Amino acid sequence: MNSASAAQKKTPKQALSATHASGDKRFKMLDATIKRYQYQQDALIEVLHKAQELFGYLESDVLYYVAHSLKLPPSRVYGVATFYHLFSLAPSGAHTCVVCTGTACYVKGAQTILTELEKSARIHAGETTPDSQLSLLTARCLGACGIAPAVVFDGKVLGNQTAESVCEWLRHCFAERN
Amino acid sequence: MDIAELQEIAQKERFSEKPVQIRCCVAAGCLSANSQTVKQRLEESVTSAGLEAQVQVTGVGCMRLCCNGPLVEVKEKNTDSLGTLYEKVTPEDAPSIIATLNGVETTVQKGDLAQPFFTYQMPIVLENSGKVDPERIQSYIAAKGYQALYHVLREMTPAEVVETVTRSGLRGRGGAGYPTGVKWATVAKAKGDAYGARSDRKFVICNADEGDPGAFMDRSVLESDPHRVLEGMAIAAYAVGANQGYIYIRAEYPVAINRLQTAIRQAQRLGILGSQIFDSRFDFKIDIRIGAGAYVCGEETALMASIEGKRGTPNPRPPYPAESGLWGYPTLINNVETYANISPIIRKGADWFASIGTEKSKGTKVFALAGKIRYTGLIEVPMGTPLQRIVEEMGGGVPDGRVVKAVQTGGPSGGCIPASAFDSPVDYESLTQLGSMMGSGGMIVMDDSTNMVDVARFFMEFCMDESCGKCIPCRVGTVQLHQLLTKIREGKASMADLELLEELCDMVKHTSLCGLGQSAPNPVFSTLRYFRDEYLALIAPVTSKT
Repeated sequence: MNSASAAQKKTPKQALSATHASGDKRFKMLDATIKRYQYQQDALIEVLHKAQELFGYLESDVLYYVAHSLKLPPSRVYGVATFYHLFSLAPSGAHTCVVCTGTACYVKGAQTILTELEKSARIHAGETTPDSQLSLLTARCLGACGIAPAVVFDGKVLGNQTAESVCEWLRHCFAERN
Repeated sequence: MDIAELQEIAQKERFSEKPVQIRCCVAAGCLSANSQTVKQRLEESVTSAGLEAQVQVTGVGCMRLCCNGPLVEVKEKNTDSLGTLYEKVTPEDAPSIIATLNGVETTVQKGDLAQPFFTYQMPIVLENSGKVDPERIQSYIAAKGYQALYHVLREMTPAEVVETVTRSGLRGRGGAGYPTGVKWATVAKAKGDAYGARSDRKFVICNADEGDPGAFMDRSVLESDPHRVLEGMAIAAYAVGANQGYIYIRAEYPVAINRLQTAIRQAQRLGILGSQIFDSRFDFKIDIRIGAGAYVCGEETALMASIEGKRGTPNPRPPYPAESGLWGYPTLINNVETYANISPIIRKGADWFASIGTEKSKGTKVFALAGKIRYTGLIEVPMGTPLQRIVEEMGGGVPDGRVVKAVQTGGPSGGCIPASAFDSPVDYESLTQLGSMMGSGGMIVMDDSTNMVDVARFFMEFCMDESCGKCIPCRVGTVQLHQLLTKIREGKASMADLELLEELCDMVKHTSLCGLGQSAPNPVFSTLRYFRDEYLALIAPVTSKT
């Protein structure tokens, strides 16, 4: 049923966009960005930022598409996408939890928080839980050193955290969902 | 746009100021403590108390004392007396703060603006921070903004600008401390691109890729006073003859990116950026380039590679960016804080700036004070201020009755300065002599519960992760160093390992391609120099067995 409704959705959009075979509207939005940068190969990083914003992560289909649009070898696009930490080649979980491991946070016990989170979520930093509910990530420095240790939950920065308070948040998050 | 129009905007802005100013910090530190809601509640409370005619609530940049945010300051217009600072303000506190205007006492925690944390500060870079509204260009213009640019474009030749900056003694605030004037002069003189063809294209870049963990000065400057950086860049562009500028900023700073975009748009609308600025023949455009999370991109050649849409790997120097930089054209790269220093130097003169600081390090430096210390936040002090004063007096010492052990400056490229050396002044030369470096300005205080081998290992892990992989000493060396440090930390190492560690550090330092690798062993060197006993204590049990 899902595929049927998806196919239904596709038809009108396909008429609008001749850019990508799937007719996914997001490719059209990506096209607009590429056009704004006048197909300049130097704008690769900006285009990848936009692609990640639209698709959530950079699947190989998207990378090929970008390579083709900018007339760059796919190896170059893949090379850039894998070089920078912010580009993700795999989908992330429904929730993200980023633990800052900058020096100030480190001195104030960010490592304990991270270990505790890894234990309770049963994943390592940089991984996503098998049910794709939570992605646990680390950041090098959020620049929020005044309120160290800092943790970012779904885009919200929380300061002065402890292992307990973070796990409490985690439970709260999942309780809300179930 | 001419000077009369500029002054008219300033006058209008000053005239519309209401007698009582309530400033609410909306920089990232306080924002994450919910200051946006606080500001909203304050506005609502003013309305419900019927005080709109007398009271104005403004969102301002960083008010320094980040640990006690959200901060709110109540100040009367036209008085020199200190205002009242409220700390840890919650949205529920808003009505009671407004009630104080009618003489009612409040229970909201009050800060002491006369404490050393504030009194030892000397704001030049941060003079507008906490005062002007970063999202309104009028507010910056009212604080004498863009007058320096006007003066430069109308009354100075590019050579005079370079000469003024050289005479001021300003040195690069990104860490290495290269004289800014000399750099400007080199770019101004440079002609032609990498292929030898003569060309007039040049670029100006602002390095806002503040990757050092524990440093947040550049973020605060950009969030609190974005126009000042734009003005500094425009003056630099005029001096060296560039027409295009780029600000390379970390994607981790969304608030700063947003404010910069707003600032650029506002400046363009007023004709302060764009073509024929202030009716002169000078055109200047600024674009923002957002990084994608690579520490190595703070290195100038890697940064330029990243702007060109490539992997951010460094290139050997020479050629220096001043001769062959972005796309092979002469390029000027300076740090955010360096640009922020330019407009006061032009306005108040090179001699005024040169009178501040020490013999070789002029002006002030902004530090991000963090770690195990009572007052964390942003401080700006004259060069040459003793560390003792910063840590003990301004920072209020270490809490919980512990003893301060060391201060880490310069991020992963710097070192740890032990408490015994705290009487030395903070300037480029003294810090280098102590085996650390000025770095971008992160200052992290560690108490006696911190193990220094752990700290060295932490930084090595950072460098290992962030090494771009282009040159072997850095790519392989940092991994080996990290393994050695882990071995020492776990008590499995022998004296031979310690010797190997020192030898390898030396090799990585001298053979790496860029600053990242060359300075990666610094934390190990400095901890070995001052805290060798901690390393030896971890080795002792093994040696006794043999």
